[in-house]
Amino acid sequence: MRNSAWRIGAAIAVLATGLAACGGEPSTTTGGTAAASGGGDTIKVGLLHSLSGTMAISEVTVRDAELLAVEEINKAGGVLGKQLVPVAEDGASDWPTFAEKATKLIAQDKVATVFGGWTSASRKAMLPVFEKRKALLWYPVQYEGLESSPYIFYTGATTNQQIVPGLDYLKEKGKKKIFLVGSDYVFPRTANKIIKAYAAANGMQVLGEEYTPLGHTEYSTLVNKVVAAKPDAVFNTLNGDSNVAFFKQLKSAGVTAEQMPVMSVSVAEEEVKGIGVDNIAGHLVAWNYYQTTENPANAKFVEAFKAKYGADRVTSDPMEAGYNAVYLWAEAVKKAGTTEVEAVKKAAGGIALERPEGTVTIDGENQHMYKTARIGVIEPDGQIKEVWNSGKPIKPDPYLKTYSWAGGLT
Amino acid sequence: MEAIVNQLPIGLSIAAVLLLIALGLTFTFGQMGVINMAHGEFIMAGAYTAYLLQGWAGRQAVLVALPVAFVVAGVMGLILERVAIRHFYGRPLDTLLLTWGVSLVLQQLARDLFGAPNVQVRAPEWLQGGVGILPYNRLFIFALAVGSVVAIWGYMNRTSQGRRMQAVMQNRQLAAVSGINTGRVDQRTFFIGSGLAGIAGVALTLIGPVGPALGTYYIVDAFLVVVAGGLGQLRGALIAAAALGLLNSYAEFWTNASLAKVIVFVVIIAFLQIRPQGLFVLKARALT
Repeated sequence: MRNSAWRIGAAIAVLATGLAACGGEPSTTTGGTAAASGGGDTIKVGLLHSLSGTMAISEVTVRDAELLAVEEINKAGGVLGKQLVPVAEDGASDWPTFAEKATKLIAQDKVATVFGGWTSASRKAMLPVFEKRKALLWYPVQYEGLESSPYIFYTGATTNQQIVPGLDYLKEKGKKKIFLVGSDYVFPRTANKIIKAYAAANGMQVLGEEYTPLGHTEYSTLVNKVVAAKPDAVFNTLNGDSNVAFFKQLKSAGVTAEQMPVMSVSVAEEEVKGIGVDNIAGHLVAWNYYQTTENPANAKFVEAFKAKYGADRVTSDPMEAGYNAVYLWAEAVKKAGTTEVEAVKKAAGGIALERPEGTVTIDGENQHMYKTARIGVIEPDGQIKEVWNSGKPIKPDPYLKTYSWAGGLT
Repeated sequence: MEAIVNQLPIGLSIAAVLLLIALGLTFTFGQMGVINMAHGEFIMAGAYTAYLLQGWAGRQAVLVALPVAFVVAGVMGLILERVAIRHFYGRPLDTLLLTWGVSLVLQQLARDLFGAPNVQVRAPEWLQGGVGILPYNRLFIFALAVGSVVAIWGYMNRTSQGRRMQAVMQNRQLAAVSGINTGRVDQRTFFIGSGLAGIAGVALTLIGPVGPALGTYYIVDAFLVVVAGGLGQLRGALIAAAALGLLNSYAEFWTNASLAKVIVFVVIIAFLQIRPQGLFVLKARALT
């Protein structure tokens, strides 16, 4: 008995070593000249993204962009004369972990605000924590809408700034029959509900709707179903690594972007690199920002990002939204004169900043942003060329109240 | 109707992938009783080998990488066996925890070396296109799986090393008293088993993502094939892979991807109720 107990103990020790090695990175506090002390002349901010697991591919890049913003703000004198100290935690692509780490950042590290999340599942897991503890979360990714928490600022697009313009574009191009492909969780399922309502009201036909588990890599059956249905276009809400397998297998089945373009809402510059540009060139994406978006703020952002992380790195929409989030929060704190949550929330409404994507204005009512929608096509060099934009920033409408066809959605 | 017919070759090509990822495990799990959770990371190592070789082999990297990845993953397996696993023989639960820890370390190592985002491995030009619904890259994987099985069969049955391997597998003590250096045979088995994972990794770059989490996507499927096929049984793995591939293909076609996974699991659980040892059982095996 003693022997076997020892053995189990040893095994657990080995396991713990493995976990410790795995979780080695997150606790690093980077940037800033001040040591991570949390003293009177510093403000701690939390960065909570998946640095491991299936979502790390995407979320690490957002964390990088947020660190860059923190560093720039510190160089320019900080906020209220204090330096920002980032405290990074790993959500590990696991939704309960997000809630747990959010609690830790708020209660133990006493951060002024948290920037974090990517999947809607992680946001939904964190939401009750922030609401209960009356703390602030800045969520930097486009999402399915139908939410407006008083303790979350949404710096990515809501549906009427991304999915609806994407559908408008397909309709304008005469793509009437569409096939829906998505990962099996809250964002794709809600997005597809909206898409089906839109299609019904706009004379479009949804030929099929397929979901695969997160991390799924076998798409030959799904591709066979799509090909058999003969749609004009595919609307793709797959998330994470699955996109790589999907596009590789779609390409090798002989489907071209000319015959059947795929409109993706979770594939940006960073993902294009991993998918392989040969496999995805010519397909469409819908976002609010591309690395190629032309304006002085973007030129500065791209240059600073490459200088910090390497010339081969690319910038993408969620990264830009994360980068913006830090600036928008800093601006609200300056306006409020304090990091106190209620004051910051009150000060945030109406703040407008020139950001890499163009002018971004905080809607004080639903805490979403006014953003310009942009449709792009993936070029053979891996960059995304804008083929259409909404002309001016679109007012965020997370509940689609201004669209008559969206009445039945909850 | 055409779509239903198409599912047949699709199922077989899924089977080829399953077989490739499970072949190495058939040895390390089936033969040596080592539950190697790091098998997925050896697959990952193979995929990254192809990525690294692109530097000088260009688009032919996949081809060049096959032998290189075999050696790279094989050596990794050998090191793991020598440094850690050999102290845990006969304690399957402990090796499970040990190798799971190793797999986490290897994933993080890949993340530190190559970055968290996926990397691109470009497929050779001659694998573009296909016949009907079956792309050339799937046929390539199919051929690779068949080739690997033939090579392994030949090795096991036609070489003296392979026969020693079988002897150790059937009765370790008897093999040892007959003068076989079982430690040496174990090393060799682990080298080959891990090396096969490396080959699978190279093949998977053609159809899937190449990133630090790659191994985690395949490890469960690999174990399913080995368990359903019977431990250490080449024949069993072959038939189990084919059956699971076809089941996957048709279950997903008639339902959806999430439900297909459930169906496959239910079928395997039901099957193991009837035949707990899997399809084939090694009759001469000494119970230790």
